[in-house]
Amino acid sequence: MATKSLHKRESDLANSNRQLEILSNGIFQNGELPTFKNKIAETNQFPLKAKKLEILQINVGYMCNQVCEHCHVDAGPDRKEIMTRETMQQCLDVIKNTGAHTLDLTGGAPEMNPDFRWFVEEAAKAGVKDFIVRSNLTIIRANKKYYDLPEFFKKHNVHVVSSMPHWTRGKTDKQRGEGVFDMSIKALQELNAVGYGMPDSSLRLDLVYNPSGAFLPGDQMSMEKDFKKALMEDFNIQFHNLFAITNLPISRFLDYLIASENYEDYMYALVEAYNPAAVENVMCTNTLSVSWDGYLFDCDFNQMLELPVNSKVKHISEYNEDLLEGRNIVISQHCYGCTAGAGSSCQGTVA
Amino acid sequence: MSKTYYDPADLRKFGKITEWSEELGNKFFDYYGKVFEEGALSAREKSLIALAVAHTEQCPYCIDAYTKDGLQRGVTKEEMMEAIHVGAAIKSGATLVHGVQMMNKVNKLDG
Repeated sequence: MATKSLHKRESDLANSNRQLEILSNGIFQNGELPTFKNKIAETNQFPLKAKKLEILQINVGYMCNQVCEHCHVDAGPDRKEIMTRETMQQCLDVIKNTGAHTLDLTGGAPEMNPDFRWFVEEAAKAGVKDFIVRSNLTIIRANKKYYDLPEFFKKHNVHVVSSMPHWTRGKTDKQRGEGVFDMSIKALQELNAVGYGMPDSSLRLDLVYNPSGAFLPGDQMSMEKDFKKALMEDFNIQFHNLFAITNLPISRFLDYLIASENYEDYMYALVEAYNPAAVENVMCTNTLSVSWDGYLFDCDFNQMLELPVNSKVKHISEYNEDLLEGRNIVISQHCYGCTAGAGSSCQGTVA
Repeated sequence: MSKTYYDPADLRKFGKITEWSEELGNKFFDYYGKVFEEGALSAREKSLIALAVAHTEQCPYCIDAYTKDGLQRGVTKEEMMEAIHVGAAIKSGATLVHGVQMMNKVNKLDG
């Protein structure tokens, strides 16, 4: 289990250009597998274009209390990239005027940003229909100063979306670190206690499942059924929906795929499971991702690969929703991760 | 020509068997797909049966395929190992139950 980010370890793969090289060389260069561009061109879906904005996703920093095996953000306690209050203010100006129905805060552990609570309080006033915070659960139990987070989320009617790789301790701890399962269970019980995730509650609690290794997620509905049954029987825990998310071959997951000699098989699996119907609704066409320093990306993955939006508008301070609409989406072979099988997005399957 | 009888990369080429006998190949894959759909048994239960049979048949391609399939369905390694023991128990039982035939024969010839 890693305890440091790729950046801290000064790994070759901490460099996004190196990751993009790997994703364009080998099996994609020698023609064994088609590039993503050529694949979507087969069904006349190239270039992918941004539609009307629906989801504004803001990454408030890469610092995290966990160092998960497959983190696409390469987050961890050693990452110091944190959104400042000034950039948050620029985001708030956008949130107040956006046509997007969903505001989605992510990280790292967003709660570790010192201005997180101020930002949530201010953003909640804008009245965006669905206000998501992606919480890793353990942060709620990591330190006394976070113990009241369930109440805080409730007060601002925040929709909590949390990662849970499996309903068993062994598989969860293998991916997310020793002790993560027990802390996550405790956090879920506390969220339930204030009303989150209960059958008729308007306090939404959804879980994110992503596979613990080099395989694709199974059927989202079957997985949800299995998760619900096991968490209820074992821990009396309830939640609303499960989002099954495919691991994209970037950052620490790419590092894992290469080290475990699974990279080629995994790329084959993604390409074989390619689904043109998923391309139709892929999240980059209705989402915009804002980085900790205010730059704009088609998705959180492109943010980590440092592939900025293809638009005159590059930064939240010069935000213009009309100009951003219709832009060409920036793609590479990692995009196959969002178009495999039933598709994958931060909100689960798309096809 | 490969110097080994089994190559893991050959599993990906399984679909190509249809190229040399299209009608039979297609019929087989249609049937195969249908068998593994949700039915009176869940797709998850079928996957575990397939894993056990993959072992009794000692098919390395099937073992790879249904181990991965199980992981995708959230099947735990404990469940997988128990399924294989079911296959192993039937295999060993099938061997041992023939011991009765041996006993019958001994009793007839030398009883």
